[in-house]
Amino acid sequence: MSTENNYQTDSLIATDIDAYLKQHENKEILRFLTCGNVDDGKSTLIGRLLYDSKMIYEDQLESITKDSVKSGTTGETVDLALLVDGLQAEREQGITIDVAYRYFSTTKRKFIIADTPGHEQYTRNMATGASNCQLAVILIDARYGVQTQTRRHSFIANLLGIKHIIVAINKMDIKDYSEQVYNDIRKEYTEFARELEMDDVHFVPLSALVGDNVVNKSDNMPWYQGETLMNLLENIELSQDANVDAVRFPVQYVNRPNLDFRGYCGTLASGVLKPGDEITVLPSGVESKVKALVTYDGDLDEAIPGEAITVTLEDEIDASRGDMIVHRNNQPHVGSHFKATVVWMTEKPLVSGKQYNFKVGVSESTGILTKLDSQIDVNTLAENEASELKLNEIGQCEFSLGKPVVFDAYKRNRSTGSFIIIDRLTNVTIGAGMITEAVSGSQAQQVISPEHISDFEIELNALIRKHFPHWDAKDLGGLLK
Amino acid sequence: MTKKLTHLQHLEAESIHIMREVAAEFDNPVMLYSVGKDSAVMLHLAMKAFAPGKPPFPLMHIDTTWKFKEMIAFRDQRVKELGLDLLVHSNQQGIDDGINPFDHARYTDIMKTDALKAALDKYGFDAAFGGARRDEEKSRAKERVYSFRDKNHRWDPKQQRPELWNTYNSKVNQGESIRVFPLSNWTELDIWQYIHLEGIPIVPLYYAALRPVVERNGLKIMVDDDRMRLEEGEEPKMEMVRFRTLGCYPLTGAVESNAHTLPEIIQEMLLTTTSERQGRAIDHDESGSMEKKKQEGYF
Repeated sequence: MSTENNYQTDSLIATDIDAYLKQHENKEILRFLTCGNVDDGKSTLIGRLLYDSKMIYEDQLESITKDSVKSGTTGETVDLALLVDGLQAEREQGITIDVAYRYFSTTKRKFIIADTPGHEQYTRNMATGASNCQLAVILIDARYGVQTQTRRHSFIANLLGIKHIIVAINKMDIKDYSEQVYNDIRKEYTEFARELEMDDVHFVPLSALVGDNVVNKSDNMPWYQGETLMNLLENIELSQDANVDAVRFPVQYVNRPNLDFRGYCGTLASGVLKPGDEITVLPSGVESKVKALVTYDGDLDEAIPGEAITVTLEDEIDASRGDMIVHRNNQPHVGSHFKATVVWMTEKPLVSGKQYNFKVGVSESTGILTKLDSQIDVNTLAENEASELKLNEIGQCEFSLGKPVVFDAYKRNRSTGSFIIIDRLTNVTIGAGMITEAVSGSQAQQVISPEHISDFEIELNALIRKHFPHWDAKDLGGLLK
Repeated sequence: MTKKLTHLQHLEAESIHIMREVAAEFDNPVMLYSVGKDSAVMLHLAMKAFAPGKPPFPLMHIDTTWKFKEMIAFRDQRVKELGLDLLVHSNQQGIDDGINPFDHARYTDIMKTDALKAALDKYGFDAAFGGARRDEEKSRAKERVYSFRDKNHRWDPKQQRPELWNTYNSKVNQGESIRVFPLSNWTELDIWQYIHLEGIPIVPLYYAALRPVVERNGLKIMVDDDRMRLEEGEEPKMEMVRFRTLGCYPLTGAVESNAHTLPEIIQEMLLTTTSERQGRAIDHDESGSMEKKKQEGYF
């Protein structure tokens, strides 16, 4: 395999830099996730993408060449995986243990790679990486085909709302570039994808180690007429992803620089918002009209999903952080009870009745798990009965919050249908949830009430706060008021 | 819908979202302003995030007292133009002890890291914006947007909170803090392109000019004032150079260049074959030294 490629430094850079810059002003952004096992050659694949798209500088290459001798696994050749395996402790163990972000770009797109590990115990890292991605590259080792972990990765990617999947069948060089091997794996995965109702799935046979079909088209697989991995990444259509129908504008910050200006700042989660639009502020239900969409660069005619804007309203109403501005004719749920799929991220299991902090978009509330419907086996997709949710487990849960929040189902809206769970003592993020449906008040088990915390617990808490203020214990009595 | 966000508009919106989130949730945030190009972009984004008002937090510069003169002049002018509050903090003990970049191996620890920690403690800031990007260096690739620091400002790579969607966890106990990196997803090219498109002012040191330099340990060091100690046989020469990163002048290498405009700077950056941190002496010695510095509380 030759090292020359189509992504040689753009000649425009040298001849006409202004034209080059103009060309690069209109790039889109694509965030994607790479998932695979330690031995699937994932780090090598990312290293290859960066290397072949000329994102590696000489001094970085020199540094990894030095490191290849010290801890590399490829012998004499430069270990491209070392470009990607970041932290020292991890490098010494020879594994990636967290989500790492990588960047590269072509004339068409800027790419952000979320690199996540493949071990079973790292479900939480993959969920974290997937939460912001539009696409997932799922690596399959051509020698082993569709494995348990392939199913696991696909399930999590799908659960987190990733709409586009590229199945990269790696190490084709070891399987003599066999078309049969590729076809068998493709068939098996397609059947599985149908179960998960994933509709945008692409396949590409490649070798990250030698560079076949990563950036450059391989001469070793003439039977493959499809695109290279890079072509797929550059061309997969993303414009249908944004939800443009339902306006969801969570108020993030109220900007009052002087008495004459009251602006509601936030990022438009979905929909198209225009001056003059008739809106409702939730949860209060107060109605008004959009006066202007204010930005530093002047007022906008319309705002689209993802834009960070400041909205002013025709009427003097008192909206605050956590409220949501929506179109009157298309409203989300308002309530304190919902069902959600949860990924649990800490050693101490999720149990019912215990108070946790919730952050639903920009709204905060305390709340509890009222019912654990089932625990989902990510390997078999079977739903099992369970009494608690352990680290890296995924479950169907029902929650009850201390106050009403505004939300949608995650399937309809990733940003208004997601939440994080925070431990009230350690402040650590311990869970991530994707809302599946609202639960009406009468169906919900009413549990945020004093009877679930004993008088003794409240008295003990008061004593601790009095005598051990440096423990920073929260006021349990106060929280129930 | 006819509009579509470009990658720079997308990055801009993400950074603004992060800044507003911090302003809404923390009691006492600060923006660390290092005067460089990344800080210039960060400051510009802060002006956008809170328009028509001003950012509801002060800027702070950790001045090692060895910064380029032009950086300090630019800093003061910029702050005046925008009408913002600037806090300048230096390690007075270090100055009294005569700590300098020539004699003391721990110079950066004392004048930069210690000074930063002391300043954060002095004012009780619970959140501090920094302009670091994930593409700068390997150990930063795994950094969160909200990077948790304990009471001693230490960063523990194994104890970082999972970060999902654009939902950030701002919960800290007394004395703990969060370093916030709103430019996490920007690359060096994004920064330059944005400066170009938005017309953001930057320190003139980024442009090529004739400057007095000496060659030392493979770096071209500018003789910015008479505190620069010349070694035997060293004779400052006027050369056409510019800087890709800015820091303490005795530790920052210049590159030969004829880039006099932003497009020329970008052109040079795209055609060059070394990464921007190579001009810094700090993480050159050992691949992993930046990671150690971070654990001790350096940005």
